[in-house]
Amino acid sequence: MAPPTAPATAAPPRRRRVALHLWVAGALLLALALVPLVSQLLGQGFYVTLVSRMMIFGLAAVGLNLVVGYGALVSFGHALYLGFGAYAVGVLSFHGIHDGWVHLAVALCGGAVLATVIGAVCLRAKGVAFIMITLAFAQMFYFLGVSLKQYGGDDGFAIDMRSQFGFVDLDNSVVLYYVIFAVLVAVLYALYRLVNARFGMVLRGCKSNERRMAALGFPTHQVKLTAYVISALVCVVAGMLLANLTRFVSPAYMQWLVSGDLLVIAVLGGLGTLIGPLVGAVLWLTMEEVLSSFSPGWGMVDELVRNHWLGVAGVVALLVALLLEHGVYGAIVARDEESGS
Amino acid sequence: MTILSVKGLVKRFGGLVATDHFELDVAPGEIHAIIGPNGAGKTTLINQLSGELLPDEGSIRLDGEEIIHRPVRWRALQGIARSYQITSVFPEFTALQNVMLAVQGASGGSFSFWKPVSSDATLVQPARALLQQVGLGDVASRRVSSLAHGARRQLELAMTMALKPRVMLLDEPMAGMSHQESQEMVRLLQKLKGHYGIVLVEHDMDAVFALADRITVMVYGRPIACGTADAIRNDPEVRRAYLGEQAEAI
Amino acid sequence: MTFSLLLTQLLNGFQLGVLLFLLSAGLTLVLGIMHVINLAHGTLFMMGAYFAAATFGLTGSFMLAAVAAIAGSLVLGAVIERVVIAKLYARDHLYQVLATFGVILLFNEIARYGWGPSPVFMDVPAFLSGTVDLGGVVYPAYRLAIIGVGLLVGAGLYFVVHRTRVGMLVRAGATDAGMVAALGVDIRRLNAAVFAAGAALAGLAGLMAGPILSVQPGMGEPVLILTLVVIVTGGVGSVRGAVYGALIVGVVDTVGRAFLPTLMRELMDRSVAMAAGPAVASMLIYLLMAVVLAVRPAGLFPVKHG
Repeated sequence: MAPPTAPATAAPPRRRRVALHLWVAGALLLALALVPLVSQLLGQGFYVTLVSRMMIFGLAAVGLNLVVGYGALVSFGHALYLGFGAYAVGVLSFHGIHDGWVHLAVALCGGAVLATVIGAVCLRAKGVAFIMITLAFAQMFYFLGVSLKQYGGDDGFAIDMRSQFGFVDLDNSVVLYYVIFAVLVAVLYALYRLVNARFGMVLRGCKSNERRMAALGFPTHQVKLTAYVISALVCVVAGMLLANLTRFVSPAYMQWLVSGDLLVIAVLGGLGTLIGPLVGAVLWLTMEEVLSSFSPGWGMVDELVRNHWLGVAGVVALLVALLLEHGVYGAIVARDEESGS
Repeated sequence: MTILSVKGLVKRFGGLVATDHFELDVAPGEIHAIIGPNGAGKTTLINQLSGELLPDEGSIRLDGEEIIHRPVRWRALQGIARSYQITSVFPEFTALQNVMLAVQGASGGSFSFWKPVSSDATLVQPARALLQQVGLGDVASRRVSSLAHGARRQLELAMTMALKPRVMLLDEPMAGMSHQESQEMVRLLQKLKGHYGIVLVEHDMDAVFALADRITVMVYGRPIACGTADAIRNDPEVRRAYLGEQAEAI
Repeated sequence: MTFSLLLTQLLNGFQLGVLLFLLSAGLTLVLGIMHVINLAHGTLFMMGAYFAAATFGLTGSFMLAAVAAIAGSLVLGAVIERVVIAKLYARDHLYQVLATFGVILLFNEIARYGWGPSPVFMDVPAFLSGTVDLGGVVYPAYRLAIIGVGLLVGAGLYFVVHRTRVGMLVRAGATDAGMVAALGVDIRRLNAAVFAAGAALAGLAGLMAGPILSVQPGMGEPVLILTLVVIVTGGVGSVRGAVYGALIVGVVDTVGRAFLPTLMRELMDRSVAMAAGPAVASMLIYLLMAVVLAVRPAGLFPVKHG
């Protein structure tokens, strides 16, 4: 048991105790690493696919969180980049190009250009207008996707084979799982460095007090745009992985619904924490699974929930917005900061 | 030789003339105080000097160069630093992180993505030194949201100094401070004399008369007198317009 | 491209503009005065359409349908304002977005549960089912009526906003809400009233859209996004911006979709035009919005803040 904490004015004794939130984060990552093994033991390959999906959406939400949680730029259009990554893989595959490195290069370069242009336009608007414009642009690309009849239009199209990288075989579900996991961990670490580096401090300063940041001489616009592009590229990579996982590409990936999901996931897990959105993704997608296959034997309610689970999800989103101050993981971090430091 | 020169500055808000042909000049190392009744337009003036508000007419010259159209960021990088009447710091960060940010702003180099700032000596050392200077060395690792008002005003000052400016615009640095805290702040500002050209907006008359080399009195946006502390104290127009019954107290 | 075709499409554009105006006027005021972003505005539009279609189907009376749509949306709007929006006034826009996002999902499912996923049909009322001859051009009476109603509502709104005390408070609130509150006006009642009025307008738009759009779950969102484009282009909080923005967006979108593919076929290779034509046409208003933003970030008719 920890001794009673000293009053706030005196310097607190330095505790050599690892904060709870780090345990939680570590446990989560460890659990994710073990899923394929457990899944194999249980003979349920389905879990590998489900958790792969969770990690992909977690990755996208982690990227989105860079601008929403650390930068206070609420983008309601990041699903656009998810879709872009997916289409990059899909369209190239469609035309017979299966080289994973080409997919990656095209997705990242194209995504960077797209995000820079869109980000620059969106950042012309302040506050609420920014949110509305990001939504509008995502919708624009959704309609673009729908109108591309040669790529299936509204229905989308299937991909014959996953991205081919020489040294890994993504066609193996477990291998793909670990690739997704590796990318997720790498991105988390890179963002961890970033938010504590000079760039990250400027971004966080802009969230905290933008007026002061300008008065201190910072290039706030360039920093925000750069952060936007970085977060977009994380979503592009997530989109590439999604296309590989489902072997399917569709404009539905770019719907406003998906952008909204990403925001809920980030808030549910904990804005302004790195791994919070991953926690949020696990919780949200678990909820989706549970609701859409709801059958605890409550008679009519079962079927009602199963058929209209999206409505229940809506209520959950509403409650998250009204009630959650810090998010699930964020609450743990907040409590640690209160008692520890 | 002047470091900051303001001539004929005018700012209107609809029918209201907030700044009415204001004039000011500040020599390097001088503390030039601006006093005047509430609503005289002092913060509006500071906002125009810092670049946050665009004047309708007039000229602002920094070391001879016209800067009236320059944006806030340019002025900050060229040596004009301001502090805010209503404390404008970063409450979620520690005192040290606040000053480190200010130091970073002055030094440029925001596009570094990998090295943690906490291990960047070029940010940490100067920040610690500044915190020591303003008397906040002990609370460097404390989150600003947990600091008292007086400490936050000191932090405001430290952040302004971090820009290593040529001109400091101090907007009521002693606002809301207790008598003791104000005296500390006066001692601090006295140490800054000679190093920076300072425009000091203040209501605390003891502080103003203790610190100012020259004083300009501002009423309804106009400068009605400018001179040394003694000259202002004895100026009949000033006594009438501003000091009023308080003249006895001085 | 004949004159009659152009005129028809222009009128269609006005008609779409009218619907967009009804939606954006309420939403831009809510945004400008209350600083609240309400994504569930499209839901109010949808529910208005459903109330109208259901009532019309049951009773055959367009008047009753109108009452149901407008009153129903007004009540629903008032409830949403009390239960959801009021709790979010002080909070960051992100939470307002998420909460109203949740409301959208909930009501889309309620609609799906109540009326099924397929479109509900609503006939054009008998007294408006004919056509009107406009100097040789034949145009549906119903669509003309929509334009007429829009003009009426626009005039009415102008009168209320610029000639009544309530309107003055609304305009003052859009410029400086804090000041209005400080002057002793019950800002909460004003907010609730503005929100409810916006909801009623959305219901009216839903009523009028019933016979010409598909009344189905999720019909509100595409219209909502167009409304957001209108507001951003016109200027947040500006009713004048909503008027011009709505007309511009309505006309550009309609005329663009009708003629751009043809125009492109004239200018370039047929297969390219076939592929790109509809795509570019659907992107047209977003490109317009981007251009406006690049030149005037605050919109075409921004509200000047004191």
